[in-house]
Amino acid sequence: MDKALVIDVGKCTGCRQCELACSYEHTGTFNPARSRITVFDFHEKARFVPYTCTQCDQAWCQQVCPVGAISNENGVKVVDAATCVGCKVCTIACPFGTVNYEPASGKVIKCDLCGGDPACARACPTEAIVFADVAVQGFEKMRAWAEKTDTAPQASA
Amino acid sequence: MAWARKILRVNLTEGTCKSEPLNMEWAMQYLGQRGLATKYFVEEVDPKVDPLSPENKLIMTTGPLTGTNASTAARYSVVTKGPLTNCIACSNSGGYFGAELKNAGWDMIIFEGRADKPVYLVINDDEAELHDASELWGKSVWHADDWIKEKHQEPMFQIAAIGVPGEAGVLFSAVVNNKHRAAGRSGVGTVMGSKNLKAVAVRGTRGIKVHDQEAFDKAVAGAKAVIAGNAVTHEALPAYGTQVLMNIINELGALPTRNARDVQFEGANDISGEAMHEPRRSDGKPNLARNAGCFGCTIACGRISQIDPAHFSVKDKPQYHHASGGVEYENAWALGADTGVNDLEALTYCNYRCNEHAIDPITTGATIASAMELYKIGALTDAETGGVKMEFGSAEALVAAVDAICEGTDFGKLLGLGSKRLCEKFGHPDLSMSVKGQEFPAYDPRGIQGMGLTYATSNRGACHLRSYTVASEVLGIPEKTDPLVTDGKAGLVKIFQDLTAFVDSSGLCIFTTFAWSAEDIAPQIDAACEGDWSVENLMTVGERIWNLERKFNMDAGMTAEDDTLPKRILKEAAKTGPAKGLVNGLDKMLPEYYELRGWTPDGKPTEETLSRLGIS
Repeated sequence: MDKALVIDVGKCTGCRQCELACSYEHTGTFNPARSRITVFDFHEKARFVPYTCTQCDQAWCQQVCPVGAISNENGVKVVDAATCVGCKVCTIACPFGTVNYEPASGKVIKCDLCGGDPACARACPTEAIVFADVAVQGFEKMRAWAEKTDTAPQASA
Repeated sequence: MAWARKILRVNLTEGTCKSEPLNMEWAMQYLGQRGLATKYFVEEVDPKVDPLSPENKLIMTTGPLTGTNASTAARYSVVTKGPLTNCIACSNSGGYFGAELKNAGWDMIIFEGRADKPVYLVINDDEAELHDASELWGKSVWHADDWIKEKHQEPMFQIAAIGVPGEAGVLFSAVVNNKHRAAGRSGVGTVMGSKNLKAVAVRGTRGIKVHDQEAFDKAVAGAKAVIAGNAVTHEALPAYGTQVLMNIINELGALPTRNARDVQFEGANDISGEAMHEPRRSDGKPNLARNAGCFGCTIACGRISQIDPAHFSVKDKPQYHHASGGVEYENAWALGADTGVNDLEALTYCNYRCNEHAIDPITTGATIASAMELYKIGALTDAETGGVKMEFGSAEALVAAVDAICEGTDFGKLLGLGSKRLCEKFGHPDLSMSVKGQEFPAYDPRGIQGMGLTYATSNRGACHLRSYTVASEVLGIPEKTDPLVTDGKAGLVKIFQDLTAFVDSSGLCIFTTFAWSAEDIAPQIDAACEGDWSVENLMTVGERIWNLERKFNMDAGMTAEDDTLPKRILKEAAKTGPAKGLVNGLDKMLPEYYELRGWTPDGKPTEETLSRLGIS
């Protein structure tokens, strides 16, 4: 079963525990600046949005890397830090901005799904981020919309 | 670890920013944040200092857990001598500012002196620099936040700022970060304004480590599970925020109404947490847009609201048609029940304004309530209000009064004195519902007796957040006590004060204590920090902090006579509800409290007590 990070924006409270968990997993410190997932606070729209790599099947970052530092490991695009030369071409190619250059290491960093047990999903207190089967990602959304589908005559205009 | 072990000293007179090592000997005695900054403050500042003089200092301080993944580890505090109270002031805020400051590698910033022209401080990790704020002076917190990010092309800045009232000397100005989280009380923003310091912008990328990571992981995970399993922290607070209390406290007959003339408000339900969820008749949308958490918070009690664009307060003001911080319980009470206004949209507008211009909504609402009573008895007239009909229950008057404070009109300047000075000025000092110059919040001490002692003895003037005995007297946490009796309340207040003082020094939020006992908190601190941080030691740290604050206040000129309550609370009985016929029995609690504290009958910490706690 292929799994992916499923993000339900409506459930995010902006606590940034995902950033803490991600940075701790990857750097050993609590450091949101080095997290591979970022929570955006659109304060005036009352919306928090966690955003990270969706692991494209045909990944722009992987295709443009001139040294072959990005590999496809069971669908997860993983940066080999030893190979990466920090040229940043992948950061230009990625349409979503989810692969980024990290000044602290001189390499690019991106989500690697923590080897199959993403720390962000474990840390999220509201299930805004869950690690779930990609085939049924849209199931809950479909069900929510399906429930609203009603062809019965309306009681009032 | 956990501490960054580094403090930033900013001399505004000289325009210098210097790094110093954190005094670890003091950290072992006072932990961090509230306690440790207070220690620095009393060591460096004369207790008799004029709060608005350059000789006063202002400290922004994190706790050792701030910025870690412990639940609610967002907190930072602003410590200074407050102009509203002439006491030690310590106001605590969440949002994202504190964690960012810690991540930049600083435990605290000590501001001293006064800049000769308006400045703001920019911190990028190790680098700290003062910048010219002349373009920001006279502008709001919201404007400053956007402007600084744009100017420096740094969208990731976390910013704390003051508004126009803080510049102009309104005595209850706050420091607001992230546009809607406030270090709210005692006029800490007024001190910042007196120093010509408009804002602090910080970006931190260094990372935070703790002392024993394995033990910390275990303690944090266990404590998070406790929050997730608790009905208050996992259900009531996320759904209704602190506003869950509005109907509860009203039914208990402890909701100060119309300047505490009454203890129950007939419009309470209209301004309650439940009402915030109900679709409006005008546009079919609820007032509440969503809940929100501060940094690392797994409770998420924060309210994000959206005002009805057709409401009279914002009809012609599209700049307020977006979402922003909605009313919390204290704000809804102060702006609403205490003024007799049951218009939730008007309260939300006023709350926006309090955030936009960084004024304390509790003192704002309570001062307006006192002005309404002065107006009712004819002591304050249209001549002083600029024609505003300051009648209890008038949403129009409330909105006009809040606008006046933000805009600095003549009437706004009067209100900007706070209720104590306002009521004294107009010849009715008893109409100020304040202790040591600061207005009490949303719990009437006639209906919740322990809160009377809480207000009377709070080191920063009347405040619920120094010993929240409501937890015990109303919610039964950790065990239920009778809110209508005074027996046992002295001991309860002392324990809550000491517990709160150490929690406020850790980086954690006091709201965790709805779910967490000291036994849940101590292992997290103990794992994060070197040293012994057992429950027993932490309670002693709390007691030490309390006595240090008390000693400062006594040295500043406070006496036992200041440990009192407004005459109304002591002499005029509650008219309705369970507390009908009761006044607050402060005289029954105070002597016992002094004795339990190891203080003299006139409220002074004895030499023996100070020596036992290692306070010289």
